[in-house]
Amino acid sequence: MSELILILATGLGLGALYFLAASGLSLIYGLMGVLNFAHSAFMMLGAYAGWETMQRLPDGMSVGVRLVLAVVVALVVGALIGAVVEVCLIRPLYKHHIQQVLVTVGLSLAAVAVAQAVWSADPKPVQKPTWMASTTDIGGAHLPNDRLLFVVVALLVFAGLMALLRYTRLGLIIRAGVENRTMVEALGINVQGTFTIVFAMGGAAAALAGVLYSQYAGSVSPAQGGSLLIYAFIVVVIGGMGSLPGTAVAAVAVGLVQQMANYYAASGVGDLSVVLLLAVVLLVRPASMKGGHA
Amino acid sequence: MRATSLIKALPGLVVLVALVVLPYVTVTIPGILPGRVNGPGSLTLLATCFIFAGFALSYDVIFGRTGLLSFGHALFVAAGSYLLTISLSSWDLPLPLAIVVALTSTLVLALVVGGIALRVGGIAFAMVTLAFAQAASIIVLRNPGDLTGGEEGLVLDRSAIPQLLVGVHNAPYRYWLALGFVVIAWALVALLVRSRAGHAMAAVRENEARAAVLGYDVYKVKLLAIVVGALIGGLGGIVHAIVLGGSTPHLTTTEFTLALLVMVVLGGAGRLWGAVIGGFVYHYLDSRLVEFSSSSALGAMPDIVQRLLGQPLLILGVLFIIVVYFAPQGLTGLGARLLRKERA
Amino acid sequence: MNDETSAPPVETTRSPAPVLTVDDLHVRYGGSHILQGVSFEVPATGVTALLGRNGVGKTTTLKSLIGLAPRTGRIVLDGEEIQTRTTTRIVREGIGYVPEDREVFGGLTVEENLRLVDPSTGTDAPIVQKLFPDLVTRRAQRAGTLSGGQQQMVALARVLLRDNRLLLIDEPTKGLAPKLVTEVADVLAEVAEATPILLVEQNLPLVRRIADTVIVLDAGQVVHAGSAADLIADQELTRELLGVAMRRDGAA
Repeated sequence: MSELILILATGLGLGALYFLAASGLSLIYGLMGVLNFAHSAFMMLGAYAGWETMQRLPDGMSVGVRLVLAVVVALVVGALIGAVVEVCLIRPLYKHHIQQVLVTVGLSLAAVAVAQAVWSADPKPVQKPTWMASTTDIGGAHLPNDRLLFVVVALLVFAGLMALLRYTRLGLIIRAGVENRTMVEALGINVQGTFTIVFAMGGAAAALAGVLYSQYAGSVSPAQGGSLLIYAFIVVVIGGMGSLPGTAVAAVAVGLVQQMANYYAASGVGDLSVVLLLAVVLLVRPASMKGGHA
Repeated sequence: MRATSLIKALPGLVVLVALVVLPYVTVTIPGILPGRVNGPGSLTLLATCFIFAGFALSYDVIFGRTGLLSFGHALFVAAGSYLLTISLSSWDLPLPLAIVVALTSTLVLALVVGGIALRVGGIAFAMVTLAFAQAASIIVLRNPGDLTGGEEGLVLDRSAIPQLLVGVHNAPYRYWLALGFVVIAWALVALLVRSRAGHAMAAVRENEARAAVLGYDVYKVKLLAIVVGALIGGLGGIVHAIVLGGSTPHLTTTEFTLALLVMVVLGGAGRLWGAVIGGFVYHYLDSRLVEFSSSSALGAMPDIVQRLLGQPLLILGVLFIIVVYFAPQGLTGLGARLLRKERA
Repeated sequence: MNDETSAPPVETTRSPAPVLTVDDLHVRYGGSHILQGVSFEVPATGVTALLGRNGVGKTTTLKSLIGLAPRTGRIVLDGEEIQTRTTTRIVREGIGYVPEDREVFGGLTVEENLRLVDPSTGTDAPIVQKLFPDLVTRRAQRAGTLSGGQQQMVALARVLLRDNRLLLIDEPTKGLAPKLVTEVADVLAEVAEATPILLVEQNLPLVRRIADTVIVLDAGQVVHAGSAADLIADQELTRELLGVAMRRDGAA
C-alpha cells in the first residue's frame, strides 16, 4: 500500500513537471498554431538563469531563499526571452506556420550550441535545499518533498492560468482566439499584442519548469530542455492541443503511466509506454487531434 | 531536344566525373580538407558528406515533394543502419541477405508508422512521427538483449563485408560506394518526380483538397512518399554503417531528424540539387567549423567568441534562420535567382 | 493591374459621396484568380445588396475588403485608402463584419461574445437591449448551444457594439426558418437607418424588401449595378444575371 502511494506521488510529481513544461506550449499552439521547438531553449535557459542566480548569491543566504530568488529571476528571464522571440522572429512570419516552426527549430539548435559554448556541455550540479531532499510520511509512505513541491507549484500555476483565462480580458481574448483567431481580428481586437503576452507567459512557465527539472535531475545541462520537450509535446497532443484542462489531465496520465511502468515492468518501459499511450489515443479518437490550425 | 537536355545535364556530369577521379588527386587544399585530397581523412569526410546528401534527398521526398512535416525520418535511417549491423554481427547473416532484411524491415516500419501517423494531419502528424522516432531512440539506448549496443553504438562485423571496403588504405572504395549511393538516390528521386506518383505528390503538396477532387487518393500518395523516402533513407543508413564501420545512436535522435530538416531547407526544399547541396554543406560545416574556430586566424578574438564559433550548430542554426527568412527557396533557389538576374 | 479586365466604376443612383469606393480589386488564392478587377461604390445610406450565383466571389469580396483575403487594388473608406491596413485596423476604422455561418465563439457565453468587443457594456448596451431582448435573457448561455437564428443575432449584436461607418454582412438568413428570416430582416432594416450595409444575400424577396441598390458579380467581375427595384422588376434580367426568377408575388 505504502509502495503504491509512493509510486502515485512520484508519478504525480513527474506529471507536474510535464504540465509546467506543456502548459506554455499548449497555450501558444492553441492560440497561434505555432509548434514551438524553442520551448526547450526557454526551459534550458531558465534553468541556467536559476543556476547562475544561485551561484552569485552570497553563501550566507540559505539554499531555500536562494532557490526562490532563482525562480524569480528565471521567470523574468523566460518571459523576456519569450517576448523577444515572438516579436523579432515569430511575428514577421505571421500566418506562415511551417516557417514559424522552422525558425523555432533553428533557435533550439542554436540555443543548445550557445549553452555549450558558455557553460560547456558538462552538467552543472545544482544545490538543493535540505527540506527538498528529505521526505514526508503520508499513509505510511516516505514521499520525497521535492515531488510534493512540484505538485503544489503545478496546481498553483494551473489554478492561476485557469483564473486568468476565465476572469480577465486577456483570458477572454485567448479563449476566443483559440477557438477562432481570424474572427477575433475581424472584430477589431489586436491579437498581436496577445500573442506577445502568451509567448512571454509560455517562456516564464518553461523557465519555471526548467529550474524545477534541474532540481529533479540534480544538475543543469544544455541538452536538458530537449528531453523534457518531447514529453511535453506528447502531453500536448494527448491533451487535445490547446486545451489547458486537457493538458493537465494528460500530464498526470503520462507521469503516472511512465512511473508505474518503470516500477512494475522494467526501467525504460515507462518511456515506451508513454509513446504507446499516444498511439492508442490517436487510434481511438483521432478527431480530437485535428487541432484546427494545421 | 536531346542535345539541349544533354547540355543541361553537362554541368552535373562534369561534377560527377571530377568527383569520381578525386581519389587520384594528391594535392592538399589547406583549411578546406584535412590532409591530402585523396588521404583517408579527406575521403571519409567527403564520403560522409555524400551520404548526408542522400539522407537529405530521401527526406525531401516526404517534406519538400509532398509537403509532409515529419519529425520521424531518423527512425528509417537508423533502422537501415542498425538492422544491417545487427543482421551481420548478431544473426550472422551474409551481407546480401542482411541488406534485404534491413530494407524489408524499414519498409514494414514505414508502412506501420506512416499508416498510423497519417491518421492525423499537419502539426499533429509532426508530433506523432516525433514520438515514434523517440520511442525507437529509447529502445536503441536501452540496449535490449545487448542487441543495439546502447550509447556505445554497434561496431560493424568487418569479416562479413568485402575486404575491399575495410581498412584505411581502402578509403577510396568506401568513397566510391558513398558517391554511388548519392547518385542512385538522385536518380531515384529524379525518376519519381517525373512519374505519375511524383505528380500526385506535387498535387498533394500544393492543395490536398484539390488533389482529392482530381481523383488522387491522398492518404495513399502520402504513404507512398513516406515509404519511398524511408527506403532511400534506409539504404543510406546501410551505406553509412559500412562506410563508417558501425551504427551510432546519434542516427536515432531528434537532433538528427531536425538536422535533416535543416539540410533540406538550407539547400532548397523540393529541388534535387537543393537537398544534395544542403546535406553536403550541412555535414561539411558541422565537421569543419570546429577546425576553423581553433585555427590561428581567430587567436586574437576573445575567449567567448572563439568558444561560440567552435559551436557548428550555432552557426548552422543562425544560417538556417536567415535562410528561412530571406531565401525561402534555399541556397539553390537563391543561386538560381541570382543567375537569372545576371542574365537579364 | 491590367485595365482591360476591370469594369468602369459604377454610377450610383444617389448623389452624396459614397462611403466606400472599390477600384480594380483583384484577389488571387493559390493558382486561382477569384476577383478580376472588381470596381463599385457603396452609397452612404441604406442597404446595398451584393448578388450573384454561387462561387462568383461575393464572400471573397467582403473578406478582401477587411483584409482577410490577399488583395490588390484600391479600397477607399470615406476618402481614406485602407487597402494596405491590417484587419484589426480596418475594423477599428469603422467597418463591421458579420461572416457567413456567423462564426460566434461557441465555447463562450453570449455575454462573453459581446464583452469581447466592448468590455464595458456587453448585453447592457442600449442597442442590444433594444434590438436583441432575447439575447439579454440568454446572456449566460454558451453561444454554441444557441439555435442558428440566435447565433445570427449574437453575430449581429457584437458588431453593433462598435461605431461603424459601414457593415459587411454575409448571408445572414442562410439556413434560417422563414419566421427568423423576417426577424433578421427587421433588424437589418432598423440598423440600416443609421449605418449603410453591404449585404450578400441569396434571398431575393428579402433583397427587394430592404435593399436600395444592387451590385451583381459574375466570374469575378461586376456585371450589373443599379437600383434594386429595377433589377427585381425585370424578370428577364434577374434570370440572366442570377439564374433564378422570383415569382411576381415574391412572398418571403
